[in-house]
Amino acid sequence: MTLNIIELKNVCKYFGEHKALIDMNFYVRRNEFVTLLGPSGCGKTTTLRLIGGFEHPTSGEILFEDTNIADLPPYKRKVNTVFQKYALFPHMDVYDNIAFGLKVKKMNKSLIDKKVKEMLSLVNLKGFEKRSIDSLSGGQQQRIAIARALINEPDVLLLDEPLGALDLKLRKGMQIELKRIQQRLGITFIFVTHDQEEALTMSDKIIVMKDGRLQQIGTPEDIYNEPENAFVADFIGESTIVDGIMHEDFLVEFAGCKFRCVDKGFGKKENVDVVIRPEDIKVVGSDEGMLVGMVQSVIFKGVHYEMIVKSGNHLFKIHSTKMAPVGKQVGLIIEPNDIHIMKKERVKDEE
Amino acid sequence: MVNRFLKKLYSFLIYLFLYAPILILIIFSFNNSKSRGSWGGFTLKWYGALFKDSQIMSALYYTITVAVTSSIIATLIGTAAAIGIYSMNRKQKNIVMNLTYIPVLNADIVTGISLMILFIFIKLPLGFMTLLIAHITFNIPYVILSVLPKLKQLDNNLYEAALDLGATPWYALWKVIIPEIMPGIITGALLAFTLSIDDFVISFFTTGSGVSNLSIIIYSMARRGIKPKINALSTLMFITVLSLLFIINSRTNKNSQRKEDVI
Repeated sequence: MTLNIIELKNVCKYFGEHKALIDMNFYVRRNEFVTLLGPSGCGKTTTLRLIGGFEHPTSGEILFEDTNIADLPPYKRKVNTVFQKYALFPHMDVYDNIAFGLKVKKMNKSLIDKKVKEMLSLVNLKGFEKRSIDSLSGGQQQRIAIARALINEPDVLLLDEPLGALDLKLRKGMQIELKRIQQRLGITFIFVTHDQEEALTMSDKIIVMKDGRLQQIGTPEDIYNEPENAFVADFIGESTIVDGIMHEDFLVEFAGCKFRCVDKGFGKKENVDVVIRPEDIKVVGSDEGMLVGMVQSVIFKGVHYEMIVKSGNHLFKIHSTKMAPVGKQVGLIIEPNDIHIMKKERVKDEE
Repeated sequence: MVNRFLKKLYSFLIYLFLYAPILILIIFSFNNSKSRGSWGGFTLKWYGALFKDSQIMSALYYTITVAVTSSIIATLIGTAAAIGIYSMNRKQKNIVMNLTYIPVLNADIVTGISLMILFIFIKLPLGFMTLLIAHITFNIPYVILSVLPKLKQLDNNLYEAALDLGATPWYALWKVIIPEIMPGIITGALLAFTLSIDDFVISFFTTGSGVSNLSIIIYSMARRGIKPKINALSTLMFITVLSLLFIINSRTNKNSQRKEDVI
């Protein structure tokens, strides 16, 4: 048996003229928590709907344990979905909602009873059997939707921005809870979100998408620390992106200054994007820095201050726990490790 | 203060104007005197006479049979049509919806005459069958128009959620979609029943000898002079239709209120 439970091969999906997905290739391993991440309209929900069976690809293959399921209807797939707006059946009570999948399978009543009880306790809603859907809060409906999907013991659970409608605090709680459920049941989760923080917190693997195209696949650490292009860098966390020139391996010039870095394999004098995370820039006295600049603005963010420092023609966003007042000349230090060099998008397309 | 009084007076006059004829009809249905001009004391004898009149009783039988059968069949066809229309793309939907509205807006007399010509053309003898078909025909659009809004209110993902949980399309339709739109279906059926009961024009042209509904009987009796019996019969019809309309309206209100509650 293969390790890949789901694999997309050269999948394209067009809606008339609109190209929703272009040449998607990725795999999902058993028991993995995979997140599809991207801005709205990037095709992440379409990808999920293809795996769920609600849409069929224009071309390409969707493999489930090495069998192509691209044209299989949803009710024949061992995959269940938690919809964005939950899509609970309003005319049924909580019990009937959760039991729906088992009733379809004509499982016997006492077994259904037992399983519904188990599910309700898994999502911390014991004793809610007879409640109507209308009487539940958003967070509770969310849990019922998860229970309704999980009771079918799917091999893969698809979640389409399930936390989108919840308030911040509830959201954080549900993130932890979802992760707990996933680890406890050992089910593969494919999760769609536009919230990068959520993706970083929960995932084993993140698939970043933009305009129907795959941008990068990797662990949260990979994606955050080694973004493959400026879009990923900008989308995942905050960053300053400046134009630079790669002089030779491990040496880059930007903002009128040469820096040691850890990247190699670029052409001589190649134009590159240089990405720096705001927390990776150290603010020191104006005579100690590699770059010198003037503080343009300071905003208090709670955990840290966000400062914009202008050096030459470049603006650097900096997160620091120490504040430097507006108008002050400061020095900036950036470690070689923290300088991320990326090929220019334009150059990449010409290849 | 005066302003408010005037407003009330104005509405009172309008409603008086609208309902005075019906009110007089109802009052005179209890009039002991045969004369239309004078009050001869309270009586229920005209109502009693109604039930002894075999012609009226046969018309009542046809009216109810046609109303029940046509509203059931129209509800089945209309609901299926609404589900079909709902899943069409926008362009198809526009075309079909216009086709649905035309019979609703069309003058009854045109519908009646064209149906009659059609029945004669296909050599279907005018009678109970043609009357029933005609009623089903004019009822279908009303069912579609009351079911479709319920479908539009549905969460788009409900049907998909059912499929996702293993339900076949048929199972999903029966267990999820139909129960969700049931209020619209029932409203449509009641509306169809009401329209069928009080239809005169279309029935007049599409029925044959020996088969008459109540409206046709009232019309033919009235031609021979207004008898108090007609007042009684008209009163009963008015009250039936009125109470059905009350039920339909309160259902519609309840539905829209529930929707607001959710929001």
